[in-house]
Amino acid sequence: MTELEFEYLRGFLKQRSGLALTAEKRYLVESRLTPICRRFGMASLGDLIGALKLGQNGALERAAVEAMTTNETFFFRDRIPFDLFRDTLLPEALLRNAARRRLRIWCAASSTGQEPYSLAMLLQEAAPRLSGWQVEIVATDLSTEVIEKAKLGLYSHFEVQRGLPVQWLIKYFTQVGEQWQIAQSIRSMVDYRQLNLLHSFSSLGQFDVIYCRNVLIYFDAPTKSDVLARLAAQLAPEGALLLGAAETVIGLTDRLSPHPKHRGLYGHAEAARPADTAPPLRMAANV
Amino acid sequence: MKAPHQTTCLVVDDSAVIRKVARRIIEDLGMNVSEAEDGNAALEACAAGMPDAILLDWNMPNMDGYAFLQALRRSEGGEVPKVLFCTTENDIGAIARALRAGADEYIMKPFDRDILTAKLEQVGLLADAA
Repeated sequence: MTELEFEYLRGFLKQRSGLALTAEKRYLVESRLTPICRRFGMASLGDLIGALKLGQNGALERAAVEAMTTNETFFFRDRIPFDLFRDTLLPEALLRNAARRRLRIWCAASSTGQEPYSLAMLLQEAAPRLSGWQVEIVATDLSTEVIEKAKLGLYSHFEVQRGLPVQWLIKYFTQVGEQWQIAQSIRSMVDYRQLNLLHSFSSLGQFDVIYCRNVLIYFDAPTKSDVLARLAAQLAPEGALLLGAAETVIGLTDRLSPHPKHRGLYGHAEAARPADTAPPLRMAANV
Repeated sequence: MKAPHQTTCLVVDDSAVIRKVARRIIEDLGMNVSEAEDGNAALEACAAGMPDAILLDWNMPNMDGYAFLQALRRSEGGEVPKVLFCTTENDIGAIARALRAGADEYIMKPFDRDILTAKLEQVGLLADAA
């Protein structure tokens, strides 16, 4: 792969997925795109990049973008964002939305489904308190391939060991050969949609809780600012945005501010808080 | 002044290689590790001093993991250790049986550092890495 070809690829990935590929990540291109070359019967990365330049092979373009974006995830990843949901965000939202009895959650980079299903299991555990409520979990990802995997809810033994308590493995999964499938009752709680965060997502509506974890790290600063401002527009007035541990809003948008006690949790900045017909309830300061 | 308690873990496995690998990982996590090669030796070790955690192989000669776990949970102070049972079997029936016998978590062999760390966190024996 020549320098020019690498530069073309960087521009292509930035435009299609927002992925900011630094020169040090050049090795990733070779390890991740070589299998795509083989799949499409191409002899080299140069051939693949040449085909991308022609812009006539949508399947190849999607495969290249999907191969370069990271889909690392596991159940209850980092645990704290889920404890926070169970112990603070959910009880607060239940109080705040008691009149309309509606709760909307968005997993904005849902990958193979472990994050939305973790939330769905937590909601299932809280089912007695949610009787008569309309609860929606919208899960989006750039990659149609990972969405298809997520919809199936089939995981390897390795995947179900990462973060999932064994009691919940027994309770919510059935064994299918060498794999484990999450219960239909949990799968049906999640509405999967393909979505590129670089494109408008205003049609999704407003959410009480947005999980957008470990995706902004791959974007450059202007892209992060743009996505954060648009996420803020989808966040209910007292809603909560959860970012990954290595991500922040600071220096990127003045519409959102970090919670004083919970790392990774953000809400509307006071000055930018949108109006709401529901009475405001301040975010609790402790779990 | 009393020294702070160092979390202890007993690794029970008839394979010296597995014990060595597990010891290295768990010691890196700041725990004090002891070893036993079967259920009988593990019961003796627990009688001498109950560990905070037990990484327990399921299939061992003399006394297997299931028999050990039943005996442990019946013994004085035997309810204390968090037991992570460890096996190559991934049959849901075997897992459910181990949980009924008193296991707290389950680790599929071969395990790695990430899985073992995550499981020890899940049973509350490690501070959050997050």
